[in-house]
Amino acid sequence: MTPEMLSLSNSPVWFVGIMLVKLLVVFTVVMLSVAYATWCERKVIGHMQTRLGPMRTGWHGLLQPFADGIKLFFKEEIVPSSAIKVPFLLAPMMILVPALITVAVIPFGPDIQLGDFMVPLQITDLNIGVLYILAFAGLGVYGLVLAGWSSNSKYSLLGGIRATAQMISYELAAGLSIIAIFMLSETLSLRGIVALQQQDLWGVCSFVPNWYVFTQPLAFCLFLVAGLAEINRTPFDMPEAESELVSGFCTEYSSMKYALFFMAEYANMIVIAALTATLFLGGWSAPLNIAIFTMIPGFIWLLAKVYFMMFCFMWLRATFPRVRYDQLMRLGWKVMLPLALANVILTGLVVVILQ
Amino acid sequence: MNLWRDIKGTLQPFWITLGYLFKKPVTIQYPEEKRTPPPRYRARIVLTRNPDGSERCVACQLCSAACPVDCISMQAAEAEDGRRYATWFRINFARCIFCGLCAEACPTMAIQTTPDYEICNRDVLKLVQEKEDLLIDGCGKDDEYNYYDHSGVGVANERGGNEDEYGPVDPKALLP
Repeated sequence: MTPEMLSLSNSPVWFVGIMLVKLLVVFTVVMLSVAYATWCERKVIGHMQTRLGPMRTGWHGLLQPFADGIKLFFKEEIVPSSAIKVPFLLAPMMILVPALITVAVIPFGPDIQLGDFMVPLQITDLNIGVLYILAFAGLGVYGLVLAGWSSNSKYSLLGGIRATAQMISYELAAGLSIIAIFMLSETLSLRGIVALQQQDLWGVCSFVPNWYVFTQPLAFCLFLVAGLAEINRTPFDMPEAESELVSGFCTEYSSMKYALFFMAEYANMIVIAALTATLFLGGWSAPLNIAIFTMIPGFIWLLAKVYFMMFCFMWLRATFPRVRYDQLMRLGWKVMLPLALANVILTGLVVVILQ
Repeated sequence: MNLWRDIKGTLQPFWITLGYLFKKPVTIQYPEEKRTPPPRYRARIVLTRNPDGSERCVACQLCSAACPVDCISMQAAEAEDGRRYATWFRINFARCIFCGLCAEACPTMAIQTTPDYEICNRDVLKLVQEKEDLLIDGCGKDDEYNYYDHSGVGVANERGGNEDEYGPVDPKALLP
């Protein structure tokens, strides 16, 4: 008898218990990654500029995230008197929550058998996973806009407006590059997409898995660039361009509210890295179908891929200066969007011809 | 082709930044590692002594006059042997800009700059240093120089015959 998939209907107590454990583990891993992403970024960029980065707190500055956290926690909480209170307080949460919610659909391992049931290593397997991710990525912009608008400061407002325009233009390119993926996979569930990427490459090469980065290199590049633009990372950090807008939408924020923006930035980075890994780099599956590689548990592969992508983002930050606003818009509408559309059409043609 | 140039211009920087990642950082971690300043570094100012142990300073006020921020002050007095000395000598290091003009102005090589740069203090009044703090038991940069060996010595002999004096130059001796 093949074990049943654990669900709310066949064993509610176990389901809720295991769900809580999964939530706790994923949340802890994400939050720790967020904390250490800040340290890692400062180290990587420091060494790329032949500096050392943080060295004082702990061994090679390893306690720096906690020191920063404590510092921000004890800073004075300032709400500008002309700010609109409710949205001003709500905005940091509205940025962080969508970023963290998106992690829920990312699978981090194969199903495991616990007693009589199979437990999927994924918080929820939505059959519209990709759509859900796009929806929440779009929701994240509200936090930025609210923060910019409710601060009642010209720099914040400019940052908020930039964020809106930027996210809307790049969402299209990101969405269209994902469309090419699920034209191939014919499923919107991330679990299904990962399962399909474990097959042989183009059905011929047995030891290389069928990662979509090999089939869709253009979509991969487009998704990376659009993803970076959507989470406002350098070179697309127009909303908080510190050399022009002081600190953009978070100019007026201080203390833990500022820390929330900071955490959201890195949580978004983790989400985009995890999405890239899941959609294009085979998720939790091993990079080669060799016994040594497949023996290593899935979540380690996923984390390795996520951290590699995050390293690439930091690398990118150390390499490129910030683009100008008109360049950003031109790239988004005149280059990325046509390329993404062309990629969709090409993929469609190839799919039809091969059928 | 333009596209080729663009692609190259996009990818090449990655290679460069990655190369720098593996280079040795130039940072010097200050309190643990210290760099050795060059011997002529201009930091803490000291008052030196003659080789025989007497004070070099004759309280001529030249350093004080040369100082662009007016951080040097002193009171001149005359000793029993008719030689001048400073009854008190004060340098306000909180104002000092370490330009070294005082050391250049000094005719007796009394005031000198040293490479000791760690003089910062939380109490600004501790940066106002008196003669006792400034005076060192040594000659500083020149171990043999004694101002009074060169000044106030009467002409006793023919030119070139006095102490530390060269004979007249024969311009024709330089000819081949």
